[in-house]
Amino acid sequence: MLSTAGCGLSLPEAGYGLEAPVQHHRFSPYTFNGGTVLAIAGEDFCIVASDTRLSEGYSIHSRDSPKCYKLTERTVIGCTGFHGDCLTLTKIIEARLKMYKHSNNKTMTTGAIAAMLSTILYSRRFFPYYVYNIIGGLDEEGKGAVYSFDPVGSYERDNFKAGGSASAMLQPLLDNQIGFKNMQNVEHVPLTLEKALQLVKDVFISAAERDVYTGDALKICIVTKDGIKEQTIQLRKD
Amino acid sequence: MALASVLRAELAEFSPNFPKNFPKNFPKNFLEDFPDDSEGIPEILRDPPGPPRVLAAPPWGFEAEPEGPGLQILHGTTTLAFKTPHGVTVAVDSRATAGSYIASQSVRKVLPIDGRMLGTMAGGAADCAFWQRLVARQCRVQELRNKEPVSVAAASKLLANLVYQYKGLGLSLGTMLCGWDKRGPGLYYVDSEGQRVAGAAFAVGSGSSYAYGVLDRGLAAAARSEEAACELARRAIAQAAHRDAYSGGCVRVMHVGPEGWKEVSHDDIAELQDKYLEA
Repeated sequence: MLSTAGCGLSLPEAGYGLEAPVQHHRFSPYTFNGGTVLAIAGEDFCIVASDTRLSEGYSIHSRDSPKCYKLTERTVIGCTGFHGDCLTLTKIIEARLKMYKHSNNKTMTTGAIAAMLSTILYSRRFFPYYVYNIIGGLDEEGKGAVYSFDPVGSYERDNFKAGGSASAMLQPLLDNQIGFKNMQNVEHVPLTLEKALQLVKDVFISAAERDVYTGDALKICIVTKDGIKEQTIQLRKD
Repeated sequence: MALASVLRAELAEFSPNFPKNFPKNFPKNFLEDFPDDSEGIPEILRDPPGPPRVLAAPPWGFEAEPEGPGLQILHGTTTLAFKTPHGVTVAVDSRATAGSYIASQSVRKVLPIDGRMLGTMAGGAADCAFWQRLVARQCRVQELRNKEPVSVAAASKLLANLVYQYKGLGLSLGTMLCGWDKRGPGLYYVDSEGQRVAGAAFAVGSGSSYAYGVLDRGLAAAARSEEAACELARRAIAQAAHRDAYSGGCVRVMHVGPEGWKEVSHDDIAELQDKYLEA
């Protein structure tokens, strides 16, 4: 078969743009399993919500795979990204929580869990956990606290944060509705639990409309001083 | 017991001998297919043919770039600091970007090392936060041992030596250590390439060129008073935020004097720009 390269086989192909496209299939230890997580901190409550779709490429693996994990009576973590790393990371966090409880005879506070997660993530700086984490819970004073992380452990405390595949769609809406950004002459009303819940449902319904990786069902964990309550709302399954 | 030892192995990377423990001939780009023309590479360094057999995670040097939406860590900034006879003035913006998404407009890019020293954050957010926290711990231990506050030169040397062990492995850190010690105001720039230089004024980050333009012009006048210095720092960051897409949010101005550091002001850049444009 004659080569279609044109210039003959004696010339090196590199640099002349004459080589046939070669696919280098490289093994990647990561994959993206989709999902969106949202956390909102109120005066005396915290809401952590996630969708329950687990996807990979064009397929849906499961419609019932929530991304919120309960850590203590006052703290919930939401993890999206690569599901394998989410599972391992939550196992490690739970083990470290138990160790702390045994050594110190008290439950870890939300702020302490956040600081610990930062070092756990950074310990894998050169082969990161492909997980976007958001921790929601109550701090020592009983106020709502949300901590958001990047895959290698940089974190900060916020009032609200969206993470995962539809985060870029949700975050601006939350900035406007809860943070009152880009609005003039508006009264800064403190957020009530009912308004926050309604907002969470509305934003997830919107996200399911426009993001393929978000949908199926919405699981909401509400953290108050009385404990953690859960709600499930159905979303678009297409 | 088994669980604890598994977790301790997890934390092995924290040991001071971490990079030296691993075999020298471990290929750097572990999972990349070796091309056929490997004549130049000594036999011992060549991977055996076929798919990689090791199932455990490579310890370092792995290019963490998955297919599809990439793993993005937080970057992008403008920070600056300069010395005056009154102390060191530090100003930072507060934007953190992950790729082209603005992940946060309220990041704290000034990290207190101790009561008299500040470190700034530019480059990888997690890298800066982690290593400076470690340096803060080292400084506290040093202070307890020597019964004397640690000097800026010593703290910057500690940080530089720590990150030098990881040179070439992908850390991204560009930080300025600003403090007041027995020699007066101290300012050092330390980065993950191994640079450590003392100086009178630095601007670091993607918006640093824009900040230098404003900073250099006003440095002589800024020596007059603390307020003038802080105003110059604020203007320089506002200018950088105006021209650099990866800088923005708010300007935080801090000042380190003989009694320690304090936060001078915290202004939203959108409001500052309205003010400066009018003027």
